[in-house]
Amino acid sequence: MILHEFVDFEVLRVIWWALLGVLLIGFALTDGFDLGVGTLLPFVARTDLERRMAINTVGPVWEGNQVWFILGGGAIFAAWPPLYAVSFSGFYMAMFLILAALILRPVGFKYRSKRESETWRSAWDWALFVGGFVPALVFGVAVGNVLQGVPFRLTEDLMPIYEGGFFGLLNPYALLAGLVSVSMLVMHGAAWLVFKSEGLVADRAREFGIYAAFATIATYALAGLWLAAGVDAYAFTGAVAPDGPSNPLMSDVARGGSWMAAYAERPWIVVAPVMAFLGAALAVLGFRARKEGLTMLASKLSITGIIASVGLTMFPFILPSSIDPNSSLTVWDSSSSHLTLFVMLVSAVIFMPLILVYTAWVYKVLWGKVTARDVMDNSDSVY
Amino acid sequence: MELDIVELSRLQFAMTAMFHFLFVPLTLGLSVIVAIMETVYVMTNRPIWRQMTKFWATLFGINFVLGVATGITMEFQFGMNWAYYSHYVGDIFGAPLAIEGLMAFFLEATFVGLMFFGWDKMSKVTHCVVTWLVAIGSNFSALWILIANGWMQNPVGAVFNPVTMRMEMTSFFDVMFNHVAQAKFVHTVSAGYVTASVFVLGVSAWYLIKGRHEALARRSIAVAASFGLASALSVVVLGDESGYSATHSQKMKLAAVEGMWETYEAPAPFKLVGLPDREARETKYAVQIPVAMGLLGTRSLTEEMPGINDLVKEAEVRILNGIVAYDALMEIRAAKGAATPEMIAGFEEHSADLGYAFLLKRYVDDPREATTEQIAMAAEDTIPGVLPLFWAFRVMVGLGFMFIGVMLFFFIRANFYGMRFPRWSLWAAVFAIPTPWIAAEAGWFVAEFGRQPWTVDGVLPTALSVSHLSVTQVALTLAGFVTFYSILFIIEMGLMIKYIRKGPFMDVSETEAWNRRHNDRLSGRTSQQPAE
Repeated sequence: MILHEFVDFEVLRVIWWALLGVLLIGFALTDGFDLGVGTLLPFVARTDLERRMAINTVGPVWEGNQVWFILGGGAIFAAWPPLYAVSFSGFYMAMFLILAALILRPVGFKYRSKRESETWRSAWDWALFVGGFVPALVFGVAVGNVLQGVPFRLTEDLMPIYEGGFFGLLNPYALLAGLVSVSMLVMHGAAWLVFKSEGLVADRAREFGIYAAFATIATYALAGLWLAAGVDAYAFTGAVAPDGPSNPLMSDVARGGSWMAAYAERPWIVVAPVMAFLGAALAVLGFRARKEGLTMLASKLSITGIIASVGLTMFPFILPSSIDPNSSLTVWDSSSSHLTLFVMLVSAVIFMPLILVYTAWVYKVLWGKVTARDVMDNSDSVY
Repeated sequence: MELDIVELSRLQFAMTAMFHFLFVPLTLGLSVIVAIMETVYVMTNRPIWRQMTKFWATLFGINFVLGVATGITMEFQFGMNWAYYSHYVGDIFGAPLAIEGLMAFFLEATFVGLMFFGWDKMSKVTHCVVTWLVAIGSNFSALWILIANGWMQNPVGAVFNPVTMRMEMTSFFDVMFNHVAQAKFVHTVSAGYVTASVFVLGVSAWYLIKGRHEALARRSIAVAASFGLASALSVVVLGDESGYSATHSQKMKLAAVEGMWETYEAPAPFKLVGLPDREARETKYAVQIPVAMGLLGTRSLTEEMPGINDLVKEAEVRILNGIVAYDALMEIRAAKGAATPEMIAGFEEHSADLGYAFLLKRYVDDPREATTEQIAMAAEDTIPGVLPLFWAFRVMVGLGFMFIGVMLFFFIRANFYGMRFPRWSLWAAVFAIPTPWIAAEAGWFVAEFGRQPWTVDGVLPTALSVSHLSVTQVALTLAGFVTFYSILFIIEMGLMIKYIRKGPFMDVSETEAWNRRHNDRLSGRTSQQPAE
């Protein structure tokens, strides 16, 4: 195949870096509200009927939404194999926690209302809470660690060796990042509940949503200040070929300086944090003014801004190494081969638009609020 | 037995993958059966077919969700437990996994919600299309996963790059149309269809025994028997295709499955039963069918099939070649980007055998320093566990032929004996329910255990593929998965049984109304006849 020579290796790498961002944002915008609803479930819905209402707002869509996460994993594997190898084996116990929580969730949705017993249902409600809260927290904690650099090194055979433990992940900065993640996803879940449910559930969700939006603003601002003041950045110290071979050890990297230097270098990226703040502020207004559609959009804007700001600030770094900076994974030296990136791009160009079209169609078919009536009338078939 | 990190990681993969595959075959097959039933409903408009669709879809849903949940683990554990593998072959192996998500899993998962929640929100035809999309998505999913697995069995379209220390793709076309992958895909999907057919047959038979839901049960048996018969035939025929393709790509696996220690004069006999003995290097008490293996494996009477002992000798030669390749690789690395074309050419001459040098890493850090004894040991390691493979294969094949018999019996009874089934046959159908799962797990065991000591055949040894983790970490997650999965399994079985006991939701008034209209139409036709 020679076709792939028509797109530069360097360009393909940037495209796949951007697509990685698109997938993460796609995951946060869709499955993000499922996680948020799970986290809010025990608090916004008290009776069985209320809980079933809340669950059924995400009932028909969580399965498709979750594929963003699976696809994210697959795309990291295919486009950034060293990232897949280093991060998943390094964050070993954290990954296990996420998997356990995410396995609980589908089962919780599907099985909860299949028995009448109160203990059965309440147990699954807590399972759904864990299935929402734990991944939301751990994703944020992981990002917080990535920003600081992760204690791994690559041997000459490119075998990743991770030298930190599980509890090392739970450092103060990472926990703050975890709070950003929980706040924004709870905001998103609340916006969805207000949009798709009614009555007491929607009222309580509105209140939680306002708090969560404020918390998003506060924690995100704090994390930003801390990043500027107290977190070391990473930078190349020598020349690096953007279309060079994918061997991270071939470039020299040093720790030091501030991530905020990126904003001097590429001032336009300030768009991302502005979106983050503006979106959350608009969400507060939207919740208050009972503009449900607007709130949903505002929440999406904020989440997009928050996730994009991390990627844009770190570019071209993807996963810096704190103990051996030369092992750091960057856009220029940890991708798949030229041909693989091209093949993957072709399949993404074919299938991504199709996915967006049919997903939109499904949401359109399901348009409208889930009411208590709906749940009672279809008690046998809904969750 | 002391468990090291390699053994534990293998155990964990085997456990999570085999557990995942308890749900996959039923998803593959039942999605199609439900779609067929719904199509009949759309075409005939008879309420019974919608009730059937909804009933089997409920059971499909209970099963599907665990397939999805356990599939999450599959997508992520390569990176968690097999980091070096992920680095080494991610350039090829990752692509089919990602395309699976893009092309198949998104389709399946997005529409499965509508399939359950959308009955009142769209027209009958649209809903039927949605159900088909779920079935198509599930089956495409299997295609891409088997392309990934097929590459591990027969790594085509890729070459080792000494600068990036990994395999890189040279032809996506070769990876996608890998004959091993294609044969495996059709074999696996057909096995899924058989599994679902046996399941539908068994549950319906139980209803007939209990005298419940007879209309639903009889129609379900009719669908399951015809679909199941076609699939059971296809499983055996395409399983043979799988075996035939192994003749050329995985000679050692085939020799082990056959307990074939020495190279026979062509055509080789097939051993019906026997007791492979590794120490004695022979298969004791063998009952053989002459000529059969040669015919099946080579489709000729003259081509020889190499035995295990000869293959070990071959492996020894390849290890020696691999050491040359390894030496050239180290030279290229020492040159730090200034490798001469001669160095590269020297490496490429033997690079196909590089993986064989890695087999020595179990015994010595630098393969170049290996003793003759160690080389002999590494060559010996290329023999997988012959005894379990020999029997797992025979269990699978035996059950495969049994399915043809069962399906044929019910097909004939359903079509030519007015749907009358002897009571013993109904009980037999009930007790047959677990058998397709046994066959499927045995089949995967042959495929994966038979590939040992490699994760990617001839390219990367299993012992080298693992992550740098502590035994405690892997033991902890293994224990976690075992506990967690056991609980989920009990819950799932409980719900399955509850919903099978409960039976279909029958809308009596609707059925009666339909029957009235139907009778009116019939009598209307008879009263009109004289007028014509």
